[in-house]
Amino acid sequence: MKFVDEFRDADKAHALAAKIASLCEPGRQYKLMEVCGGHTHTIYKHGLEDYLPESITLVHGPGCPVCVIPMGRVDDAMALASEPDVIMTSFGDMMRVPGSKGSFFDAKAAGTDIRMVYSPLDSLKIARNNPGRRVVFMAIGFETTAPSTAMTIMRAAAENLPNFSVFCNHVTIIPAIKAILDSPDLRLDGFIGPGHVSTVIGCRPYEFIARDYGKPVVTAGFEPLDILQSIYMLMLQLSEGRSEVENQYSRVVPWDGNMTALKVIGETMELRPYFEWRGLGFISHSALSVREKYARFDAELLFDVPGVRVADPKACQCGEVLKGVLKPWECKVFGTACTPETPIGTCMVSPEGACAAYYNFGRMNRHRVKEAVTIEVGRP
Amino acid sequence: MCLGIPGEVIELLPDQPDLARVDVSGVRRVINIGLLADDLPVPGEWVLIHVGFALSKIDEAEAAMALQFLEGIGQAYADELEALAESRIE
Ligand code: SF4
Repeated sequence: MKFVDEFRDADKAHALAAKIASLCEPGRQYKLMEVCGGHTHTIYKHGLEDYLPESITLVHGPGCPVCVIPMGRVDDAMALASEPDVIMTSFGDMMRVPGSKGSFFDAKAAGTDIRMVYSPLDSLKIARNNPGRRVVFMAIGFETTAPSTAMTIMRAAAENLPNFSVFCNHVTIIPAIKAILDSPDLRLDGFIGPGHVSTVIGCRPYEFIARDYGKPVVTAGFEPLDILQSIYMLMLQLSEGRSEVENQYSRVVPWDGNMTALKVIGETMELRPYFEWRGLGFISHSALSVREKYARFDAELLFDVPGVRVADPKACQCGEVLKGVLKPWECKVFGTACTPETPIGTCMVSPEGACAAYYNFGRMNRHRVKEAVTIEVGRP
Repeated sequence: MCLGIPGEVIELLPDQPDLARVDVSGVRRVINIGLLADDLPVPGEWVLIHVGFALSKIDEAEAAMALQFLEGIGQAYADELEALAESRIE
């Protein structure tokens, strides 16, 4: 089994790593959180932690939208899907997320009409083609996918489509980061800011982290070198005693985000007073619901949604993993009862989930990874 | 779903100004470009696509880098491409 995948710019990476190491104050420990699951994936795929000095720990954040959907919402979606005239639609990532009575996949196998779509616009098309059925789109995701749902709702309104609705589970990244900053369990030194979410919201919303919490934030791209460069930029800020928001990914992320995207989200959706996040509990103003103006497309109003809160399975420690308090291998069921084929928790479901990233790349613990590096590339 | 995938704009659909045909790793599909209304892409330009919507314009070098990254991640990208191939936005 190949543990560590050396990438084409390994030399540049080692050079950056040396610069990062030179910025570490002796005796100081650094904890940097990568908010986005895409970053977690790159970090484990390329074994980036092995390039870093022992004193820097990368902590995986809550930025995997599939991972944070609570069980109760999956059960709610299942209740909608089981109405006889309903066609439930959602992204492939949602299919294996466990609810208390199984996942969409299980329900589909048992005959419920649940269809995987690439885009909410594909759901819209299913609705047009099935006028006798009610088509529900289970919307999930951060600000990266919310504009797509928003545009789809506006399109449905323009067409006056009577049989399409959205079960809205969009979450917003800033309140989650704030919840982590306010959580007493964890002391972080800085944030690797999410890449694609920031193409929508821009960099400004992170300013409070630098200003009020005194922590640097660097919005980062997804290449291994992007992440190392961002860690370097964070370490430079820390060594100079600065805390600012910087944009390493400016080739894709405009400082002000995408105004049109923000406008359509604002047009069709509003903040919920609170929303439950798997493992993190209730966070206020952290999710979106469909605005009253578009109520006829809001599945929560059109259907009887049970809305029962379901506690996570006892064995599941996703909450700790999502907050970065535990590393995946420290969860008691990691790799044994909980695997990508039979996930107990959501962090194992999506390839962006921290547990799946560890599992897929054979990273059972940091020590073993170090060993693997020595064997594979012959570097101590 | 979280993956932003780069596509080259092939043509804007004449009768539907918010739709464009793009080429993603050889898969040609229609996506929505309405979120780039302030600065619509033209054929030959590259965009980053999320769930059927272009979210930002990128240059060709960035597109090449993003593609290489995606091809490197294997299954997740294969799944995304397969989903895109199934998609029929109109
Ligand atoms: S191993 Fe499974 S149950 Fe444990 S934290 Fe990860 S996803 Fe959750």
